[in-house]
Order: sequence, then C-alpha cells, then structure tokens
Amino acid sequence: MSTHVAETVVDYDDVVARFDPVLGLEVHVELGTVTKMFCGCPTEFGAAPNTQVCPVCLGLPGALPAVNAVAVESAIRIGLALHCSIAEWCRFARKNYFYPDMPKNFQTSQYDEPIAFDGYLDVEVETDEGMRTFRIEIERAHMEEDTGKTSHQGGATGRIHGADYSLVDYNRAGIPLIEIVTKPVPDTGKYAPEVARAYVTALRELLRGLGVSDVKMEQGSLRCDANVSLRLTSSDPLGTRTETKNVNSLRSVERAVRYEMTRQAAVLDSGARVVQETRHWHEDTGVTTSGREKSDAEDYRYFPEPDLVPIAPSREWVEELRAALPENPAVRQTRLKGAWGISDFEMASVVNAGALDLVEDTVALGSDQGAARKWWTGELARIANEQGVELQDLPITATDVARVEALVGAGALNDKLARQVIEGVLAGEGTPDEVVASRGLAVVSDDGPLLAAIDDALAAAPDVAEKIRGGKVAAAGAIVGAVMKATRGQADAARVRALLLERLDVTED
Amino acid sequence: MSTDLITLTAAQTAAVVADGSVSAVEVAQAHLDRIAAVDERVHAFLHVDTAGALAAAAAVDAARSSGVTLGPLAGVPLALKDVLTQKGIPTTCGSRILEGWRPPYDATVTARLKDAGVVILGKTNMDEFAMGSSTEHSAYGPTHNPWDLERIPGGSGGGSAAAVAAFEAPLAIGTDTGGSIRQPAAVTGTVGVKPTYGAVSRYGLVALASSLDQAGPCARTVLDTALLHAVIAGHDPMDSTSADVPVPDVVGAALRADVKGLRVGVVKELGGEGYQAGVRQRFDETVELLTSLGAEVVEVSCPHFPYALGAYYLILPSEASSNLAKFDGVRFGLRVGEDDGNPSIEQVMGRTRAAGFGPETIRRIMLGTYALSAGYYDAYYGSAQKVRTLIQRDFAAAFDQVDVLISPTTPTTAFKLGEKLDDPLAMYLNDVATIPANLAGTPGMSLPIGLATEDGLPVGLQIMAPAMADDRLYNVGAAVEAALLDRWGHPILEEAPAL
Repeated sequence: MSTHVAETVVDYDDVVARFDPVLGLEVHVELGTVTKMFCGCPTEFGAAPNTQVCPVCLGLPGALPAVNAVAVESAIRIGLALHCSIAEWCRFARKNYFYPDMPKNFQTSQYDEPIAFDGYLDVEVETDEGMRTFRIEIERAHMEEDTGKTSHQGGATGRIHGADYSLVDYNRAGIPLIEIVTKPVPDTGKYAPEVARAYVTALRELLRGLGVSDVKMEQGSLRCDANVSLRLTSSDPLGTRTETKNVNSLRSVERAVRYEMTRQAAVLDSGARVVQETRHWHEDTGVTTSGREKSDAEDYRYFPEPDLVPIAPSREWVEELRAALPENPAVRQTRLKGAWGISDFEMASVVNAGALDLVEDTVALGSDQGAARKWWTGELARIANEQGVELQDLPITATDVARVEALVGAGALNDKLARQVIEGVLAGEGTPDEVVASRGLAVVSDDGPLLAAIDDALAAAPDVAEKIRGGKVAAAGAIVGAVMKATRGQADAARVRALLLERLDVTED
Repeated sequence: MSTDLITLTAAQTAAVVADGSVSAVEVAQAHLDRIAAVDERVHAFLHVDTAGALAAAAAVDAARSSGVTLGPLAGVPLALKDVLTQKGIPTTCGSRILEGWRPPYDATVTARLKDAGVVILGKTNMDEFAMGSSTEHSAYGPTHNPWDLERIPGGSGGGSAAAVAAFEAPLAIGTDTGGSIRQPAAVTGTVGVKPTYGAVSRYGLVALASSLDQAGPCARTVLDTALLHAVIAGHDPMDSTSADVPVPDVVGAALRADVKGLRVGVVKELGGEGYQAGVRQRFDETVELLTSLGAEVVEVSCPHFPYALGAYYLILPSEASSNLAKFDGVRFGLRVGEDDGNPSIEQVMGRTRAAGFGPETIRRIMLGTYALSAGYYDAYYGSAQKVRTLIQRDFAAAFDQVDVLISPTTPTTAFKLGEKLDDPLAMYLNDVATIPANLAGTPGMSLPIGLATEDGLPVGLQIMAPAMADDRLYNVGAAVEAALLDRWGHPILEEAPAL
C-alpha cells in the first residue's frame, strides 16, 4: 500500500519525562436505526452503491428532512448513560461546505445546542501504582447525519489529489451519527495512549450495552478522531493540537496517540511550532501524515436548520428513558468482579480486551469463570489481535467456548486437544462436537491401548523404568511423555500416570 | 363554446364537469387552445404538458362515468409554478442550472392536486429561484402583464398570476416568500393567498428561504381561491414545519362573506408616502366600503414594520445561500466545463454555478454567504432574527385589537418591463407591504379593488390575519369582492384589453 517516511520522533520515555500530553477524543457512532436520520431509506451495510437513496438523502431540489425519532431516543439514552444533561430544547444547524459526498453541500448537524452535554465516563488503566481510574469529562454528544462515501480512482495515493476521477456512494449519506466529544483530558502523563484506548473501549462497551449501534470500528460504525497536544507542564496553557483521523481499531488509538506525542516532541525540540491540522493514521507503517490544514478560521457558516423544528424532549420522557437504561458498565463490572471473585486488574484485562460480554455469556452457559477468561483474553484475544479484528467478530461464539470447556470438564478433551478444537471452529470446520468427530480428537479413555503403550514405553527405556521402581517417581514424567507422544496427545496424562505407577507398583510420595 | 369555458370560474367549471354537461377533456382542450393562442405574447408558461393534461382530464371523465363522486375541483385546469416538482415534468425554477431536470417525485402539493382530479396544464414562469418581483429574472425571458404587455406581471410568481389573468387557467399555484403570490395578484387584478406558514406542505417546493416560503392558491375569485386552498392545505409528515392542526374552513368563510361587527385595522406604517396616489385612492375607498358593510375600521400601528425589509434581505439571502448550495453539477441539472482541461471537482462546481445562476441569484448568494460568515453572523443574521421577533410581536399586539389588518398590497401598480431591472433596491421596495406577514408566518391575501385612475391598472388590497386564521381572509375578501362586483356590475378582468 502506501509508504510514508516517518518523521523525526523522540523516544517515548524522553517525551513523557519532558512534556505533558493533553488528549481530546471525538467519537462518531453510527446508530443502528433501521432507517436514516432524515428519511425512510434503509441503513443496512454493504448494499450495492446508490441503492439505498431517495430524494431526501440525495438532496434533490424540493426534498425536506424529517427527524428519525428513534435516533433522538438513542441520542438521549447515550447522553444519559454518559451522565450528561439533556437539553430541554435544541435545534439542528447547517454546517455549510462544498464537498461531493455531501448531497446538499451542507451537513445537518447540531452546533451550539447539542442534545446532551456535560457528562463523564470513568475508565480504568493499569499504572505502575496499580489500577487507576481516570475520569474523562464529556463536553457534548450531538446528532448529525453521515456523508456519502467517496472513492478516488486512479492516481497513486487513493486520495482526491492526483485521482483520475471519483465515485460517490450515497448509501451512507444520511445515516444517523452521534458525535461524542470529550473536554480536553489532562493529567494522563505517560498513560495517555492507554487512557485513550481505555476510553474508546469503555465507550464502545457502553454503546453496545445500550444496543444503539453495532460499534464496529473496521466497518466505520464507530470512528475515533484523536486530538493530541503537548505542553511543558500541566500548569501551562494548552499546546497546539493535531487531529488524527482514520484510527480504525482500539490498538490504533493507542498507537496513534503515542506516535503523535513522539512526533510533536520532535517538532517542538527542533524549535518549530506544531501545525494545527488534520493528520491521517497509517496502520501499516504506524505513522501519521499531514492532511489538510485546519484552522479555527475555517468558516462553516452555521445557522439553525430552518427545515426542522426544535427538539424539546419532555422531562417525563427523559426520566422514562433514564429508568429503562441497562445496568451501568461500572456497576456491572463491580457486580461481576464480586461474583467471579477476581481482582480489579483481572476485570480490567477482560474489559480492555472487549471480552466482558463474551466471558459473561460463556460463564452463563456453565463454564468456569477462570476458564472462560483464559480463553477469551488469552488465546482468542491474541488471534483477534493478529487478524486485526474485534474479538466478537471471530467466527466463534460463547456457546462454542462453553462447549469446549464442558468437554474438558468431562475429561473428553485435554488442554492441548481443546486448543485444536478451538482452532477447528475458527477454521470453519463446524461446532466443537463436529470438529472433535471429524478430526478424531477424543481423549483415549480405554485403559487397554494405554497399558499397551505404557509397556512399549517401559520396554524402550528400561533404565528409566528401573529408576521409577527404585522410588524416583519424578522420572515417571519421561514415560508419560512418551505415551502421550505415542497416542498423539489423545490420552489423559493424569490417567496415564496413574496406570504407569500402578503397573510398576509404586505410589506417589 | 370554448371561449365560454375559459371564462368560467373554477367552481362553475367543476359543476359543469360534475353534472356531465361538459367533459373535463373539453375544458382542458379549451384552455390548451387559449394557451396556444395567447401565450406567445404573455409567456406565462415554461412548459405545457398537453398530453398529461388531456390524460388527467380523461381520467376525471372516466371516473365520473363509472359513478365516482368527483371532488370540488375535479376536472378544473391549473397552472403550476415551476418551483414545485411534478414527477417526470421539467422543473427549472426559472434557472438555467436546472434546465432539462425532470424530478423523480411529486411535491406534496402536486400529489394533492392530482388526487383531487385537478388537471395540471403545465409549469409557469418565475423569477429565478423565486427571487424577484417582476419575472424579469427568469432565465427563459419575462412574462408579460395581460393588462399591458409592456408591463411586468409581478414576481416571482408572475407566470401563475398572468396565466389566471389571461384566462389560460382558472387556477394556479404560486409560492410566496416575501410577496410572490400577493404582489403578482395585485398587479394582474387577480386573487392570491399566502396561507399561514406551515399550512401547506413545502415538500417538493424547491426552497428559496425555508423559514419564509409558503405555497398558496391563485384564482380570479375569492371562492375559487378558497376551494384550491382547501385542496392543498393540511398536515404532511414529510415537512417537519407543516402544522398538525385542522385546516380552517376557508370555503365556508368565502361563502359567508359577512363583515358586520368585524374589527379591521389599517396598518399605519403601510401607506402614505411612497404609495402611488391611485393606489391610495382605491385603498381609502375600500376602507369606506368596509365601514359601510358594518365593519369597525381603526388605525393600528405596527412600529417595527419599517425594519421588515432590511431584516428580510438578510434572512432570505442567508437561507438561500445554503439552500442553493446543492446546485453544483454533481448529481443533477447543468454541468459545465468538465472536459475543459483537467479540472478539479471544485472547478467544475464553480464553473457550473457561474454559468447556471443569473445575476440576481448570484447577488443574493453572495449577500447571504457574507451575512452568515463568522464574525458577521450576530450583526446580520442574528439582528435580523431579533427584528423578526419584534415584527411577530407587532402582529400579536395588533391582533389583540382587531380581527384582520389591511393595507395596499403594493406601493404602485404594474411598472414597465426593464424599468427597475438595474435598481435592485427599487425592485425590493415592491414587497415592503407583503414581507411582514412572511417574517411573522401569518397569512395574507391580495384581491383587486379597482383600477388606478392615473394608469388604469389594477390595485390590490392586502388582508392579513393571525396564524391559522386563514378563514378570516376569505370572509373579508369575499365580502369586499361581492360589494365591488355589485358596484361594477362585472368582474374586473373584463376591463382588461382583449388579447
């Protein structure tokens, strides 16, 4: 793909020793409503280009918007879950600028009257001194419509400049978005990248819990713009920030913040000023590059949208929605921590792996909490990370994992076989039981073949057999290993050991 | 026969179609013939849909033969202002930038007309995107006033008013942002109503200024206007600003025509200096007439009305600059200069807009872009909105004292084509009396009250009522109309020279 020469950067430890980073995170969430923000077109992802459009979302002359009430309800619920105040009266505004992916050449958004404002979200991050809670203050959550999607054809960069022509797909135009904007996040020090990641992770969990979005970063239904600035000390005024876009995974949030800190430090060290601009994150090379310069002077000529009436959610409705909110994620985590008897740190690893729902579901299906956590935050999290997908998008369900654990518990699988079953499920070979059957992965439980294998192993290593008989029970491991090898791992190692000692008529010390 | 058919009122036409004495096709054909005979001189129409009109008329006749009870305007021909979409029929808004565009959908007004069996003859000429008071800003050439072909028919809906005045259609739809229904009605001797904002759906009305635009009926009589109003008004979920309230009984009010005991306020600020003597004379006579009919006429002051024009020319261009941004050559309509060199999308948008918009449109886009700019917003758009609130309060205070307000509709009778084309301010002053109602969202009617002695041209009376009290316009208008018809012995349009 693209190759970008990394700019000069400063070693991270050196950056945090000399600078104080300040974060600002803007998250766009595509709501999972059936229809668009201002018309009745479907919102389903992946349809053929320009098939989910109508006069309204194409901005044809004469067409008018009508607000999707479900989107307003979702926005209020998000605001409430983030401890925000809900506006008693607010309006949409027009953000005017020309771009071919905007059918009307203005975006219908909210400007100075957001539906929700002044909230917070607490996130936990592991620090040198143990788990620490960072309170992320939310400035606002507002409603707006998504733009169409432009793809630039020809040219080397895939960007508009240098392209031969561009194609626009308006299926996405008008899909409801909620933009959640934090206040500047100070005092994160060297943990800034982890705090950024933990915030997006926690926000994603909260949104998923509300059921308002499928929050898939790789499909763009959750998008994060990371603002980063540096200053010398926390008492200095805020430094000039950059806004990094195209940050499409949790890992990228962390990496992009870390990279921007090291790059900005190098700029400042050289005596130059950080340019206020939009930057693009490049997953492959792990760097950001300059996009368009964005000055505060950019003039969108906002004014109240005259085609829509103000939104005035009644207090009764807001309180109804508040009462019906699902359990707050923090409360839920405390509850599960108690139920499972695990530490703050262990809970944070589950949450930060995005595995809370999956672990809870697996436990609900009868698995031991430790085993469920081990699978989801260990082996499976590693695979998801390698493949660059979200944990819940792996082709394996809580039901599958619970079934594998049930087979282990019944002695039908050992650890190594269980791993192979998981591998088979991920490879699309079917359910755990189907994988066990097709791969022939059952533990050998018939003592006959095991005793034969033990005799063979003893015969092959008479000196070891002698040692064991002489009381060196520790040497039994070698024979057990040979038997396991001979049975291609399908034996229960504990059973083999018991049979071996019985055969040699020795007992465990 | 056909001459008789074109002079019938809409109510009479509907009656003869319903009783079977004349077919809707005959009525449509009579009007198509009239258009063919006179429209080369009047130029009321930008597009005549002969086949569609005859098919719609035939459908009405078929429905009647199969025993269906026809609606009150079934089979009546109508001229549709070219700012409302009609599926498959060219809709230009009087602009080059939409030349050849055929909308894929009907405006709600269009759909309601079709459902009512109204026969749409074609699309009428207008100032580009409804910006103007003379129809001279149409990219397709001006419309001529049937009273004097050298004079303007008003604007922006000059085509709709002229079509009605020239007997090319008994009914027309106009849109009124600052007077574009009422001012053309006044200068052509016809009746036009701007309903309460939100009374008629704006869905499919190509927006000029969203917070001011309102579609409404044009006709030759108050009753016909009411019948059309009743067909097009009513709540529409497709337009968020559409009012979800019952439509007032406008037809009943037009039939009542009784002003006894009604309190009528003459707006002090709309009259006097700057108003043509012949206009003032006819207006004063009308005040006497209303008194003689039993109304209590008093003078009422609306102290902020003198600021209405200034506020209007900030709000309108601001909204228009945003509404007209979509005309960029990307998705529909004109596209200019894409093969000239290797242009960027911004260049193609710029070339398209420079070539597709006329000078008045460009002037207002620039004004609006400036007024909304950071640093100027509060001084311009913000202040204008405050004036708007003050004007709403003026109306509210006035309607505490009186039931309706009246004024001349326009300061002058129809002026000569070209006379004010190079003087935008003089042109804007035509709407000084009509703009307050748009800013307040209240309804207004213009109806003919005679000819000015100095030039023999029609003078209009404006009646204004509180929001959602549109029926009062029809009651007062019908009373004045009946008294004047009594006095004159014939409709005013019989005074117009034959075409």
